[in-house]
Order: sequence, then structure tokens, then C-alpha cells
Amino acid sequence: MSERTFLGYKRANGTVGVRNHVVVLPSVMCANHVVELIGRKVPDVITIGHPTGCAQVGADFEQTKRTMAGFAANPNVAAVLVVGLGCETNESKALAEEIAARGQRVEVIGIQESGGTTETIARGVAIAQELLREAAAHERTACPLSALIVGTECGGSDGFSGITANPALGYCSDRVVAEGGTVILAEVPELVGAEHLLAERASEPVAAKLYEMIERVEARARAMHVDIRGGNPTQGNIAGGLTTIEEKSLGAAYKGGSSALREVVEYADRPSERGLVVMDTPGQDIEQLTGMIAGGAQVVVFTTGRGTPTGSPIAPVIKVATNTTMFERMRENMDVNAGTIVDGTRTLEQVGDEIFDWIIEAANGREPAAEALGFRDFAINRIGPSF
Amino acid sequence: MPLSDDGAALHLKDDDDVAVALRPLAAGTAVRFGDGAGVSVATEIPTGHKFATRPIAGGALIRKYGQVIGRATGPIAPGEHVHVHNVEGTRGRGDLAKGSS
Repeated sequence: MSERTFLGYKRANGTVGVRNHVVVLPSVMCANHVVELIGRKVPDVITIGHPTGCAQVGADFEQTKRTMAGFAANPNVAAVLVVGLGCETNESKALAEEIAARGQRVEVIGIQESGGTTETIARGVAIAQELLREAAAHERTACPLSALIVGTECGGSDGFSGITANPALGYCSDRVVAEGGTVILAEVPELVGAEHLLAERASEPVAAKLYEMIERVEARARAMHVDIRGGNPTQGNIAGGLTTIEEKSLGAAYKGGSSALREVVEYADRPSERGLVVMDTPGQDIEQLTGMIAGGAQVVVFTTGRGTPTGSPIAPVIKVATNTTMFERMRENMDVNAGTIVDGTRTLEQVGDEIFDWIIEAANGREPAAEALGFRDFAINRIGPSF
Repeated sequence: MPLSDDGAALHLKDDDDVAVALRPLAAGTAVRFGDGAGVSVATEIPTGHKFATRPIAGGALIRKYGQVIGRATGPIAPGEHVHVHNVEGTRGRGDLAKGSS
């Protein structure tokens, strides 16, 4: 373990943020417009919009609520204003209580209780301004790298993903783990065919849970009588040279590096172990990103071959290109070029070190492309229909 | 990672059936890996795509990264493009489940 540190925001609950956002979150989609209008009057807050929060039941509702609470309590967030309607399934005060239970500063207002749109916006603006004043008092201090949870993701993969960017990220992941930090490997459908390589590095109960998650994916394919090829790998993956889900998975699994798999967690759950952790998310990029951040990831590293601009409203997302052609074509969206590995100008380890340094710089406040461009992608993985 | 002599392709593991084109390879391009026998690619291979480095029997499992990536749907000759037209997945195949049409 090195003595390297980063300058983070130490939160009251013991977690460490790398950003200091105030978030305005609708508990239900019926509050999206009011949230957006609060954001127009107070542009320094981060507003979220989503199509969930009502007429949901069972595990689907629980997952939606857990994701919102985890996201709102991410240490990159200093405080949260929840805006509800008043009759929604995802009752705004109960959501606020769950956020508070995670040690987060939270306020809540309701549109019906406030007497309509205009008064809710007025109240929301006043609260948002007060939360911003409070947040401004927080300062960055030196924090150990072991406080970091780094989410890993690949999107728009191609035939180079498993040769350049993902192995380089894996080298970086091993460095994060060696520092006592945590790395999340997710997109479980994109581990189908590579699960045995992870299971070899896990205890028996952790391996059993991983196999159970993989079986859920294949059981869904059986229930739908479909070959998952076409949906995954996508048409773009196939155009980029990936032929089957096994091939994509073997390349994707490199992102996690070579350390022991310590834990397997459900979507949006915060890991309780440090080291390499698998989270059950779909391969769909935005739902995966949201799930990892709801699970506490402060920084995300995202590899891409085809060129994916995705970014989070609250966490820096570092983009690593798998090939030089795309890196140059989409220069404004990319941060690191791993194509240099096959160009022969840099080694895999050099690119891995650049990603590691980028993580620390991003933690210190440097904005990667997706953050500088203002991306606010947010989507919750649904596991049941609306009723 | 053994590169081909001219750096145009990558044969990742010794027991792999395929190599990956690092740049577009025109039909007829000869690719040689060290002391091993070379292959001549049968059709144009786009960047990032695979071609066979040895004969693959129909129905045989195909390896890349030293791992199984799928099954050949027919015989594949050395130098042939290896992709969705001649390889099927062995996993996530709900279409093969009982009751599927």
C-alpha cells in the first residue's frame, strides 16, 4: 500500500465523497417538472428526472426505492431535496427517511401538501439555496485511497475491448485493490461464459452466488425463448467484431483485474467488503451506471470501442477508448487512449497507470469529458411491470 | 501476446483457433506468426474481427483468449472470417429451450 491520498469530502457517516453536490430528486415521475423548474431557478443543484416511483409492487418497487436512496446517499452528494407528489407508491417521506437512515442530510416537500406547482417550486428553491449554503462549508481533506469505490463499465464494446482497454483497466483495478480500495465489476449478462474464471478466485459461497446470478440471466433467456445474441452482443458489438456473448464476456471480465473476488451484491447494494466485488446489473449502460453509483461508487471508469459518451449527474466517469481511430474521431468524449497498446506506442501497464492516475485526479476534482460536457444520465433497472 | 510478423494480427493464446485483425486485411493477405505456418485470409477481414488460424470442424468449439467463445456451425478453413455467419453461441441460448419454435 502506498502513501498516496486524494482530497475528498469526509461525510458524517464515515464515507468519503469526491464531489459536493446538492441533488433535487423526484420520488415519482409526476414531480419531474417541478424538480426541473427548481433547477432552472437554482442552477447549482443537480436535478434528476426518471420515469419511476408509482404503481410498482414487490421486488420491483423495493429495487427502485433502494436505488434512489443509495444514489441520494452516495458520498458525492452533500445533501438531498426529495420532491414528491403526495399519492405515489414511493411515498416521499418514507424515501427521505431511508435516505436519512443512511446518514445523509435530506429535506422533503410535496406538491399536493404545498398547494400546487408554484408554491412547491418556491419552497423548493428556498430549501435548495439553504442546502447549497450548508454544502459550501464542506472542505476537501486528504483521504486514503482505500476510501474509494471504483465502478467499472464497458459499453459499445468491440474486438479491441478485450485486448486493450479492459486488460489495462484490469491492471488499474489490481492497483486500486492493492491500495485497499474497492472495485465493482458489473453487467452480469456480460460475464456469461467467463464466470468460471471469477469463481476460481472466490470463496465457495461467493462463487455459488455468482453462478446463481449467471443462471438468472440464462433462465430469463429460456423463459423468453430467445438467443440473447442480437440484444447482447448488440448490432454495434457485432459490427465491431464480437461474435458471441461468451467472447464479449471474456473480454469484459478483464476489467476486474486478477485479485480475489470478495463479494457478490445485488443491484444498487453497497458492498460490505473491500477489494473486487461483482454487482448484479444489466449490461444496459445507464442502468448499470446508476446501480453502481447507488452502491456507493464515487468514480467510474468506462471503456468503449464504438464510442459511448455516457456520464453521471454526480460521479466522474472516465472514458477509455479501445482503439485510436475512435479516440481521434470522438476526441471530445474520450479521456484515455488504450488503442496505443496495439499501436505499439505504449504498454498495457502504462495505460493502466494512466487510468489509475486519472482516478486520483478525478477524485481530486478534475473533470473527465463526460462530466465537463454536463451529462446527467440516470436510469433505474426495473425488474417487474408497472401496475 | 504473439503479434504476426508484420504486426497486422494478434494470436492471443497458443491454443486459440482464431487471430484478431489489428487493421483491415485485404483478401489474399498472408499472415505469419513467428515459426508457425502462415495463413492467407480468404476475404477482407475488418479491424477487430477474427479469422481462423487452423482448420475448424463443423460443430467444434472455438477458442479465443484460451477459452470457448462459441461453436462452428460448419467447417471453417484457415484464413476464413470467423463471425456470426459461421459461429453460434453456446450460452444464453433460450431459443434452444424446450417449447421454443
